[in-house]
Amino acid sequence: MNKFDWIQVAVYSLALIIATPILGSYMAKVFMGKRHLLSYPLGWLERLVYKVSGVDPEIEMTWKGFTFSIIVFNIIGLLVVFFLQFFQARLPLNPQALPDVSWHLAFNTAVSFITNTNWQSYSGENTMGYLVQMLGLAVQNFLSAATGLAVLLALIRGLIRKKTDTLGNCWVDLTRSVVYVLLPLSIILAVFLVSQGVVQNFSHYVTAHTVEGVEQVIPMGPAASQIAIKQLGTNGGGFFNTNSAHPFENPTPLSNWLEMFSLLMIAAAFCYTFGTMVRSKKHGWILFAAMFLIWFAGLGLSLYSEYSVNPVFGHGALMEGKEVRLGVTNSIIWSTATTVASNGSVNAMHSSLSPIAGGISIFNMMLGEIIFGGVGSGLYGMLMFILLTVFLAGLMVGRTPEYLGKKIETKEIAFVLITILAPAATILLGSGIASILPAGLAGLSNKGPHGFSEILYAFTSASQNNGSAFAGLNANTVFYNVSLGLCMLIGRFAVIVPVLAVAGSLAKKNISPPSEGTFATDNMVFLVLLISVILIVGALTFLPALSLGPIIEHFLMLTGRTF
Amino acid sequence: MKNIITTLRLFITLSIITGVIYPLLITGVGRSFFAKEAGGSLVTVGDKVIGSELIGQNFKDPKYFWPRPSSIDYNPMPSGGSNLGPISADLKKAYDERKNGNNEIPQDMLFASASGLDPHVSPAAAKYQASRVAEARAFSTEQISLLNLLIDKATEKRDLGFLGDERVNVLKLNFALDSIPAH
Repeated sequence: MNKFDWIQVAVYSLALIIATPILGSYMAKVFMGKRHLLSYPLGWLERLVYKVSGVDPEIEMTWKGFTFSIIVFNIIGLLVVFFLQFFQARLPLNPQALPDVSWHLAFNTAVSFITNTNWQSYSGENTMGYLVQMLGLAVQNFLSAATGLAVLLALIRGLIRKKTDTLGNCWVDLTRSVVYVLLPLSIILAVFLVSQGVVQNFSHYVTAHTVEGVEQVIPMGPAASQIAIKQLGTNGGGFFNTNSAHPFENPTPLSNWLEMFSLLMIAAAFCYTFGTMVRSKKHGWILFAAMFLIWFAGLGLSLYSEYSVNPVFGHGALMEGKEVRLGVTNSIIWSTATTVASNGSVNAMHSSLSPIAGGISIFNMMLGEIIFGGVGSGLYGMLMFILLTVFLAGLMVGRTPEYLGKKIETKEIAFVLITILAPAATILLGSGIASILPAGLAGLSNKGPHGFSEILYAFTSASQNNGSAFAGLNANTVFYNVSLGLCMLIGRFAVIVPVLAVAGSLAKKNISPPSEGTFATDNMVFLVLLISVILIVGALTFLPALSLGPIIEHFLMLTGRTF
Repeated sequence: MKNIITTLRLFITLSIITGVIYPLLITGVGRSFFAKEAGGSLVTVGDKVIGSELIGQNFKDPKYFWPRPSSIDYNPMPSGGSNLGPISADLKKAYDERKNGNNEIPQDMLFASASGLDPHVSPAAAKYQASRVAEARAFSTEQISLLNLLIDKATEKRDLGFLGDERVNVLKLNFALDSIPAH
């Protein structure tokens, strides 16, 4: 690593820390219904949305009503995205006359985009027309992120309200997320990306005749608008097949930095928003610290591994699957950021990373996408781990487990365990089943432990709603499209529903004032406990699987073996 | 039931804002202020499009600078990397063939890019190829110094002085190369 590599790591990390309170306090004002920077310029739009949609913003919803609306909202999204693909040949804005998408790919993609996973079994440039991309996929980039924020806000209200049945209004949360947070940031980022060379048009693909006389078809499309929200909403679904490694999707180191920053920005800042909403900024910073430290440790380990010598080739920092303009360090910052956040966009091919860097990518996802995690979903997932930690600490010291004055009891912990175990089960069962079925093995392109890693990566990415891949795996088959689609659904909704149930249960309780006997949840001891619980749960569940993939691959690499 | 209808109406309203108005707004702004970039940074000679500055194209003629290896042979439909793993025998074989025992080839020329469309090579890779290009074009000493100057001029610095890596756009360099006057 040269000095520029170190500077880039430092600038990225510092920028994240600095942006957190700035964006965080803005979002706190937005979601607490206070006056804020954009109340005046965009307030009319919020009111217009309510008027056109017939939403009464004063209505309060119970946890069941909230859950019902969220589920309905997502089912509508699923159907719209499915049918836009399934009938795309008959619909307008398809200048390349791309054919209808198969039922299993349309199912997989629709599930993928409503669950904020954005796993892609297809190549955008030769599968999806402009209408599908903008009215189906880009819309879900906004709405799935807004769904995450709405669920998180309900959980926070469960923590700060007392003796009530209601958790707020999910329609208001969805609207404000889009109007005041996702849309303004996307407009700024999208315009900037266009200035850097990201395409934004509705033209027919251009056929170029190259200097050496070969015909080269250059894809076009409304890419910049989609890429901006793809990064900001922790979606990650590329407009083109190679995602942000494609020069049209990420043309310069500057565009790369902003895309890479955008993918953690909102999730990181929401720690501060959380602190503001629960009236204890320290609680927010403890969450941020836990996330930052785990991400940073993974980044350090990945950089070390990537720059170490690969004995098979006799040197390190291999450029396979990387782009010259971005370089090795940016590829690794991105690979760790995109896998801790449930973003899943890539600017280098993860499959070609060194074994440990690829393994960290998988392990980051296995932790549950709670280290920053998805917009909204990362923090509600992290809060589940906090409740678990509080509960375990309570058992150890013999005190009643409490968080922010709310008693944590068996009922909540039962729901918490569902949110942690459901994705873990689909990862391990799915990988296991795919590894013994001919239909599962048919898609592999690498041999040896890396082949197993391709399968493990796919089921982890789908179950934790990340969406990145060891892309050698050919996943556009009935087997993978259906099985990964189910994993994505379980990984999303077997978490959202229990989280809202926890929120409903907490809202009913009183808030007990802190006393001598209260176990502090805003100090270093708690931080260490929380990090330990996250890592231990992750390690105990997944070490056996990881040792069959990236870990054994690392040791085989050291002996110079190839497969 | 009323709940379902309200949710549906909200879905439609938000879809129109984020799926129609927003992309059209960005397209309008792009067309007004960054027409070339929004249109794909196309390079034209006369009225013929010969490629895009951002999309790498293949050069095999020794008279030109060559781009990096590509697992899709620079056919963008669709883009793609090799996705070969770090201990892949196939990758090792391809690497050995590209290297052919020559230890001086910069490593970006030995490994395929992520997109398969990388428009750049490292400055080292451009300099390494200069002697081959000069020989194929039977350049005089004067022309060779002009060629080296071209490479330096074509080397793009790190963005803001620290972001990314230094790089040379192969298509632009080859264009400039054709402008070097004959003896």
